[in-house]
Amino acid sequence: MSDSYENDGKAHEQYITEVLAQYPEKFAKRRKKHLSVAKAADVEPDAPVGEEGPLLTECEVKSNIKSIPGVMTIRGCAYAGSKGVVWGPVKDMVHISHGPVGCGQYSWSQRRNYYVGTTGIDAFGTMQITSDFQEKDIVFGGDKKLDKVIDEIEVMFPLNGGMSVQSECPIGLIGDDIEAVSRRKGKEIGKTIVPVRCEGFRGVSQSLGHHIANDAIRDWVLDKSAEAEWEAGPYDVNIVGDYNIGGDAWASRRLLEEMGLRICGNWSGDATLAEMERAPKAKLNLIHCYRSMNYICRHMEEKYGIPWMEYNFFGPSQIAASLRKIAKHFGPEIEAKAEEVIAKYKPLVDSILEKYGPRLKGKKVMLYVGGLRPRHVMTAYEDLGMEIAGTGYEFAHNDDYQRTGHYAKPGTLIYDDVTGYELEKFVEKIRPDLVGSGIKEKYPVQKMGIPFRQMHSWDYSGPYHGYDGFAIFARDMDLAINNPVWDLFDAPWTDGGELLAAAE
Amino acid sequence: MAALRQIAFYGKGGIGKSTTSQNTLAALVEMGQKILIVGCDPKADSTRLILNAKAQDTVLHLAAEHGSVEDLELEDVLKVGYKGIKCVESGGPEPGVGCAGRGVITSINFLEENGAYDDVDYVSYDVLGDVVCGGFAMPIRENKAQEIYIVMSGEMMALYAANNISRGILKYANTGGVRLGGLICNSRQTDRELDLAEALAKRINTKLIHFVPRDNIVQHAELRKQTVIQYAPDSKQADEYRQLATKIHENGGKGTIPTPISMEELEDMLLAYGIMKTDEQMIAELAAKEAARQAAVPA
Repeated sequence: MSDSYENDGKAHEQYITEVLAQYPEKFAKRRKKHLSVAKAADVEPDAPVGEEGPLLTECEVKSNIKSIPGVMTIRGCAYAGSKGVVWGPVKDMVHISHGPVGCGQYSWSQRRNYYVGTTGIDAFGTMQITSDFQEKDIVFGGDKKLDKVIDEIEVMFPLNGGMSVQSECPIGLIGDDIEAVSRRKGKEIGKTIVPVRCEGFRGVSQSLGHHIANDAIRDWVLDKSAEAEWEAGPYDVNIVGDYNIGGDAWASRRLLEEMGLRICGNWSGDATLAEMERAPKAKLNLIHCYRSMNYICRHMEEKYGIPWMEYNFFGPSQIAASLRKIAKHFGPEIEAKAEEVIAKYKPLVDSILEKYGPRLKGKKVMLYVGGLRPRHVMTAYEDLGMEIAGTGYEFAHNDDYQRTGHYAKPGTLIYDDVTGYELEKFVEKIRPDLVGSGIKEKYPVQKMGIPFRQMHSWDYSGPYHGYDGFAIFARDMDLAINNPVWDLFDAPWTDGGELLAAAE
Repeated sequence: MAALRQIAFYGKGGIGKSTTSQNTLAALVEMGQKILIVGCDPKADSTRLILNAKAQDTVLHLAAEHGSVEDLELEDVLKVGYKGIKCVESGGPEPGVGCAGRGVITSINFLEENGAYDDVDYVSYDVLGDVVCGGFAMPIRENKAQEIYIVMSGEMMALYAANNISRGILKYANTGGVRLGGLICNSRQTDRELDLAEALAKRINTKLIHFVPRDNIVQHAELRKQTVIQYAPDSKQADEYRQLATKIHENGGKGTIPTPISMEELEDMLLAYGIMKTDEQMIAELAAKEAARQAAVPA
């Protein structure tokens, strides 16, 4: 659907050289390994194409290495990865931020992981519950307090489906035995209590927190799958790694249900603990955010023999390809239904492209986000006729950059764990028509006169997944780029017009 | 009034730190000095001989009961013992939970902020075992103890600990001005103990302040929860502690920046003094022992 384009790789390489030249030699040498320009992949023209589609480019850079203090990295910590990403959206559990008050307070309200339920009664997603460590809890240990907090939660929120204990840094330092407390209290109140050792100082970014959270699901949740009340069906799938930001998961599950599949569980946007417990009864795991939840998919494959499949619900090209790929797994009947779904939404897609295509065609985009988005959203932009000039991940691993090769066009600028300085310079030099990144990047970029969309939270909009999401996505990008405010960027007295004359 | 002197006693666990420090401070009080003892050991046994009683209420336990240290009054935790020596125990968690090091930091800050250090000539810290973490290094750090006295003996582990502690002192010597006051050898009657103590002192750029001989009268006093100074003021051992106290008193401002030695150097020294054996020696000894056992078995 998208026009084929190529980025000016030579210029991009020059930009990297210019940026690195400003660093001290040792630091430049270090950062050089994290910056690159996508090179056309060296594949035989008739080589077999894998599940992910053809490999377009080589995008590998060094990744998942400790950031250097002072470079204004936008990475989070292990606690952010566990509480903020994986566990936080599980709506019927109370997630205890275990430790001093700050970590819970400043991650309050989650990441706009929408859910159905009554907050404070049977859903707790946007609440902040903390054990609020004081000095004495550090000195004498916090296990007694945790015990008490669990009792209090059980009294105040009797409809909670369970609890999780999200460890903040001090828990690991003072060596509290939260596992023993969780096990004992779980038995006492007859509910699942999951201790998570996601102390913020562990690992180099939030990525380790995802892994630790996955391991906690493996060790404390999935072992109860045998008792889960769920009559398994032939078309049961789990949506894994969709956090329902702005309603993403709802837009996604609608499509899967329309093609005849049944969602056994959605991890972890709008999820309940029960959904997670029964997950091993599904026939297929569909993973959207590979980075944060591939671990549990691999585990379920190994232990329960459930295959897993990556998919992409951003933009009509990827949606159609993914629907077909998923349908193929279930046979001709579902495949036929998938085609019906694609056909059903074709008029909607056409109308979106017709309306926004001309307004967005040829616009250049730079991305810098986390998880799966630096690659996954590329095609959605390209569906609108836009071009991706550069992309990078906050906390990716090598396998993410490998996968990026299936998306990025030759010459695309690639930047891993980009520093504040680098991103600013790259934006300045490329001067794209849109930058998609986070809140910290938003205002500097806009002050440079360049339209911006937050691509972590969808800038308080969304959903962006699925066909419904694409309509919103296209509208939002148009709103940002074609906002008349950008025509007012130059001071009115500098254009030699009326005001200048009046001033003289 | 002379400027406040802050000193601290460090050393391997079980070496006799608390006994030595309390006896020395009892001797110092005889010399007319006003003294505050801050016990920085969760066991809270640093002031027992001065108070003639078992562990007192500690800062941290009372703070935990009341809510936080802000809810405490100095009078709640400050006890007065032998000849007016003021005593405070920091206290801490039971073994295996929480963070005792943080407890030391909390208590010392509390004492300073609440004027425990006003109107005394000496503040003496008694700190547990080795400098295991930042918390237990608190008395060494900025504006706390000016001189550290390491209690040691002629045993291998005591010497290791002494060297380690001087490392801790070196770390803060330039930023906070802490100095190593000297070594106090609390005799265990091991071979060539005095020589070894003097040799180590020389190697780490300090001096052996005093060699305290072993005397059973210390145990007799201790069983009665008293210092020797109190129990047997005319004994020879009491005079030893008086000598030590005089030396410490005169040692003000004469501390040095230690030059801790490497593990290899320390081991070489121990080998030279016959405290430690080489691997070859140990293997030979083991072989000889086994051969002897074999020979003893009737064929």
